[in-house]
Order: sequence, then structure tokens, then C-alpha cells
Amino acid sequence: MSFVRNFPFFTIMLGMLSGIVSSALSGKWARRVTLTLVTAVLCMSGAVLAYAVNIGHSVTYMMGHFPAPWGNEIRFGTLEAFLATYFAGIMLLAVLGGMSHVTSDVDPAKENLFYVLVDMMLSSLLAMIYTNDLFTGYVFVEINTIAACGMIMIRQNGHSIVAAIRYMVMSLIGSGLFLIGISILYDVTGQLLMVPAHDAIQRMMISDTYTTPLLVLLSLISVGMAIKSGLYPFHSWIPETYGYATPTASAILSSLVSKGYVILLIKIFYRVVGFGVVLSSHILNALFILGIVAMVMGSLHAIMQTDCRKMIAYSSVAQIGYIYMGIGLGSKSGMIAAIFHLLTHAATKSLLFISAVGLYEVSDGRTDYVGLRNAGYRNRVAGIAFSVGALSMVGFPMLSGFISKYLFATASLERPSKMIATLLALIVSTILNAIYFLRQVVTIYSGQDEEEEYSTAQFFKEAVAGSSFANHFAMVLLIALNLFLGLGSSLIVGLISKGLDLFS
Amino acid sequence: MSRIRDDYEKSPAGRFEAWYKGEYDPINAHLPVRPMSERELSGDDDRPHVDRLAIRDTTYNRDTNKALRVSRGAYRVLSVVLCLVLIGVLIWMVQYLPDFGDPANPVNNEVSARYIEKGVEETGAINYVSGMILDYRAFDTFGESCVLFIATVCVQILLRMTPDKTGKKPASDRLYEPKNDVIQQRVCVVLVPFLFIFGIYVILNGHLSPGGGFSGGAVLGAALILYLCSFGYDRTERFFTVKTFRVVSLAALLFYCLAKSYSFYTGANHLESHIPLGTPGHILSSGLILLLNICVGSVVTCTMYAFYTLFRKGDF
Repeated sequence: MSFVRNFPFFTIMLGMLSGIVSSALSGKWARRVTLTLVTAVLCMSGAVLAYAVNIGHSVTYMMGHFPAPWGNEIRFGTLEAFLATYFAGIMLLAVLGGMSHVTSDVDPAKENLFYVLVDMMLSSLLAMIYTNDLFTGYVFVEINTIAACGMIMIRQNGHSIVAAIRYMVMSLIGSGLFLIGISILYDVTGQLLMVPAHDAIQRMMISDTYTTPLLVLLSLISVGMAIKSGLYPFHSWIPETYGYATPTASAILSSLVSKGYVILLIKIFYRVVGFGVVLSSHILNALFILGIVAMVMGSLHAIMQTDCRKMIAYSSVAQIGYIYMGIGLGSKSGMIAAIFHLLTHAATKSLLFISAVGLYEVSDGRTDYVGLRNAGYRNRVAGIAFSVGALSMVGFPMLSGFISKYLFATASLERPSKMIATLLALIVSTILNAIYFLRQVVTIYSGQDEEEEYSTAQFFKEAVAGSSFANHFAMVLLIALNLFLGLGSSLIVGLISKGLDLFS
Repeated sequence: MSRIRDDYEKSPAGRFEAWYKGEYDPINAHLPVRPMSERELSGDDDRPHVDRLAIRDTTYNRDTNKALRVSRGAYRVLSVVLCLVLIGVLIWMVQYLPDFGDPANPVNNEVSARYIEKGVEETGAINYVSGMILDYRAFDTFGESCVLFIATVCVQILLRMTPDKTGKKPASDRLYEPKNDVIQQRVCVVLVPFLFIFGIYVILNGHLSPGGGFSGGAVLGAALILYLCSFGYDRTERFFTVKTFRVVSLAALLFYCLAKSYSFYTGANHLESHIPLGTPGHILSSGLILLLNICVGSVVTCTMYAFYTLFRKGDF
């Protein structure tokens, strides 16, 4: 057995270990430990990805001495390994990009605690991606929720504490529904591990027993996860949470935390309940409708915002809507589009949050969109990064947002009943996206004095010259990631499709 | 017949035309225009002045803000309706669940059968529950311990006060508590030793009898809090200080993490784990379970104590 098989387990345990150790370190050392940890996780997950692509099938890994129905298990295939690598990469860039703000936003005596939360968050995300056991999933959902609460409130001002309380209440309702769902599932199947539970549900479908509890548990789990990832009617915690947390926390929360729950939900659909059963339960239609409403309403709310970060936060509501719409299409291509959009959104939202804060820095701390006037000239890299992120969200060709919209559109062609609604929602949402994102992009580049004529080359030269390293490094890499997703999409789509095949 | 409206310049079309001709800048039009105050003229502050208190008062006053009044009413009604619907659905679903206690239920399958039949042999623990949570499903339990740890971290973020730069200690917290209540102290002197012994007994016998780290740790934590309530920090800190807390919780979690990692690693790679299971029924048996129970017990004790003292004086 190859040694690489141990890596997923190592990454999860390393995250926990560094979290525990960091609680006894100073802020500076905790930061170093975190950066080392995230880099190590990135490398190890990369190795796992290479291994998984190489062997071409999924691997289950026993956590302890006892096999499947008795002991815990984790499992990895290409999709899991890819997501772990990707999430670790985004986490690294988010931490790098917001590092200086963590120092200024957080009480120095508590800085190490912030990094404890980051370590635990990464570890719980990895566990949620890799888990092959529903109850392990629940335990790590809890760690994820508590860590997210801590990350929001670590800024310790009134806004962030209110935001944390809102997040906690909503998120705990979601966890509660999820837990009730798991309990019902255990009651009717007697299993907590995914594979035996799946077999038990298949037997139940054949003998046509317990169909009502199955429907109820499916809706409870779906609604619970939808609340936790912020689907439209349950989105009320999003704007304040993302708008007032420290930038690293905003980036991590919007691009990773909400996605972890989506991944877990997809895993439950495929690996526990079975996609056929999910399709016949019509729960996907509900998710589809909510997704479409979210796409439009999120964008409308975003247009009404004047605060730039709140605008980006409401845009997240719309993007979560895209993801659920893709899941709701109920076909494999819809699911691929949803997962691709999840990647797009993870890369783009971190980019937007980090660059928006770069623009705030040079605008005298003003956060309304008019106050950012001209900021694109004062902090050039942040300006470029913000524009790239905004264009990607709008769906500019070459960037990742375009590919995900294209994938959604082609996926909708397979479902004639949902095609018109999907296409219309895509068009309306794209126009609305363009209104609020381009408004901001135009604002940060308007008002330049007429006398100074800039050549493009000079502009970029000055942009590179005036950079503070870690933050700009993160932004440049995120831009590159965006371009990579946009240009190398066939590779990614192939990986996702292969990984989904391995799911069932 | 069409004619230009009287207020054409103010209408959207008029403003669009003005913008097109370059006479009007929509972004500038939104900037607040007002006479500058003296402070701003002196150059100290160039931000627009906002009276936050007045905004807050008008926004959150239900008498003036009709939207707030309506939404609050609707919110109350809707939340009650939502709860009733959820309760209704769950109660309706219960009748379709398997009957309680029926031996033919899906829950009574090969999983619980093996826990009961082979549990003692495979884990060395007579208490099946301990064997289950600390051996068969130890990964979940490790996650649960981390939930406790991270909850302590969050409470520290929220409540821990940073000491003054001058190094002065905050005023004594004993101002707000009953001072040296004699009855409480006498009862405590009798009760606390028994509580400690009972807590330690429950933890150490976790693999032999009902109990274990979580329940024993809760007893120990309660005993510590009781002692603290009666005798104050000076007496408690003779044997339990911040340092003790840090060392104990860190060591317990680290040991848990490393020991279980070893066990997972050997298990997954089908290596032989060199941990003896001992004779079931003896106090020194069941491999790691005894040690893990001690770890979990320490973590729970420390968490309870930390919660109490953080809530009371914002520091350890």
C-alpha cells in the first residue's frame, strides 16, 4: 500500500495538532505555524491528487483497527483530493492576503487564537471533504461553525459581535436540522457510514418501506445545509458577517466555509441517499427554484448597497444561488457546473474581498462605493485585482466566471422543463451583476486628473513597484488562478466529472 | 404631441442627457454637500459629518419607523407558523418510524451486535460505550474533544481581558460575591474531597463501569467551581493556576492527538499496534482507553473551569 494513502489522514490530524500547539504560542509563531501547516497541507493534497488521478479509482482509509460498518472511515477520489488541494491553496492566499489586517484588527494578545481558529477550520474542511461517515461529518460541521463564529467576532467591535450572534443562531438552526436528519436516517437504516447506509436505503426503496421518513430526512438535511451555506431566504446572516469580519475571515468564510457544506450535501446526495432517490423526491426542484430566486434577489440587494464589502457579500448570495440552481438541474452536467462554479466563486470572492480592503486602505478608511473614487490609481494591484474579480463574476470571457455560466447554460439544455427558467435567470443575473460590479470598477478608475496621461506600460510598472509583498503576492496568484480556471477549464471539468463518477 | 416636461432637467432622461453631454457627473451628485465645519477647515478631518446617534434613534424607534413595526409583527407571526409547521411535519413523520423497542428494527443489525458480542474481546473495555466511543469510533470522539477546545478558544476571544500595559492587576473581583460564607465553606470542606475522589473514580473506571471522561470531568469541574465559589481565587490558585490549566489541557489534547494518530496509522496500514489490551476487568487494561479517558476528563474539567472563571472575571 502506497504511503500517499496516509496523507489525507495526516492533513486532518496535522491541522488539529497545529491548532492545539498554536494555542500556547505567541501570535507571531502561531502565524508561522499556520503558514507552514497550510503549505504542507497544500503539498500533501497535491500528492494525493496526483496519486488519485494515477490509480483512477477511489480509496477508503480505515481510521483505526475496525472496518466499515463498525469503525470510522475516510475516503478519497480525484474530486476529494482536488477540492482539498484547491481549498488549501485558497486558504493560504486568504491568510497571506489579509495578514497585515489581522495584526491591526485583532488584539495582539489574542492573535494566536485567530490562527488556532484558522488551523481548526482547515482541518474541519478537509474532514468534511474526505469523510465517509455521516456522524464524523456532523462533528466537523460543528467545529467549522464554532471556528467561523470565533473568526467573525475576533474583531471585537459592536458590528462584528452582532454579526457573529446572527451567524451563530442561523448556523445552529442549520446544524440542528442536519442532526435531526441524521438521527432519522440512523433510525431507519441503523447505519452511520455512507456505504452501508446507501445499501440500506437501496433495500428500503426496493421493499418500499419508510418512504416518508426518507423524504423528511432528505428535506431536513437539504434545508439545514442550505441555511448554513446561505441560500436565499436564509441569507440574512451573510451581509453583516462578510461585511464586518476581518478580511482574511471574510475571504475564508465566503469562499470556503459555505462551500464545505455544499460539498457535504452533494456527498450525501450521491453517496448516502443515491442520486436517483433524490431526483424522484423532487427536493431538487425546490433547491432549483430557491437558487433562481437567490440569483435575482441577491443581485438586486447588492445593487441597493452602498458599502462595497456588503455589496460583495450580497453578490455571494447570488452566487450561492447559481450553485444550488446547478444542483437543482438534477443532471450530471448540472452538478459539474455547480462544482465548477463553486471553485470559481471560491477564487473570485477571496480576490474581491482582499482587493476591496486594499482599496479601503488608500481611501482614508471609507467603505462606501463613492468613497473609493480613484482608489484604483492609488493602490494599483488592488485595483487590477478588483477589476479582474468583478469581470470574472460578471462572466467576462477568459475568466472563470464565463466558463461556469457557459457550463450552466449547456447543462440546462439537457433539462427542457427547466431550460427557459435557467437561461432567463442567467441573463437577468448577469445584467444585474454587471450593473453593480462595473459601477464599482468605473468608480475606482474615475476622477483621474486630466493632465496626467498614463500609458498602460507605465501603469503596470508603477503597480508592481508600489506593492507590499504578501498581500499583492496573494492577489496576483488569485488572478492567475482565475485565469487558469478560465483557460484550462477542460482539465478541471474532466477532473470533476471523473470524481463524480467515482462517487457512485 | 410631445413636449418637454417642465422638470425635464430633473427627470432620469434629462440627467442622462446632461451626463451624456458631460455637464453632470452622477458620482459627484451623490456626495453630500454642506458647509464645512471649523474642524474640517483646519484640516483635521475631511470626512462627511454623520450624526450616528440621531440616525440610530430614528432607525430603531418603532414609533417613527413603520417598516420596522410591520416587519417585526410579520416576523413574530411567521416564526410561530414556521415552528408549528416543523413540529407538525416531525410529529406526522414519527408514526412512520420503526416502533420503539422492536427487536426487528433496522437499528438492531450487525453493527450493534458486534459492539456487544466482540466489544470486550476487541477493545478490552467492559463498558461497551467506552469501547465504542474511544476505540471503534475514536475519530468522532477526538473531534468532540476539539469542539470543547475550540469553544474555550472562542470564549477566551470574547471574554478574556487584556491586562493593562502598566502591569496593574484589575481590582479584586471578590467585591461582588458573598464573602467567606461560613456555612458554605464548612459544607464545601466536607463535600469537595468526596467530589474529587468520585470524579477521579468515574474517570479511572470509565472502561469498567458506567461513566468515563466526559461525565467524570464534569464532576471534577463542578467540584473545582464549588471550591472556587467558597474560598475565592487565592486559595484555589494554590493548586490550580492559569499555568496548570494551560499545561493540563495542552498535554491532554496533544497526547490524545498523538496516541490516536498512532493507533489510526497502525490500524489503517494493518500494522501491529504494540499497545497491550490487558485482562478485561482489571483497572490497568483496555489499551489506550484508560489513558484517553483521563485526557478527555482533563479537557472537560479545564473547559468547565475556564468557562466559569472567564465569565466571572474575564481572566484565569
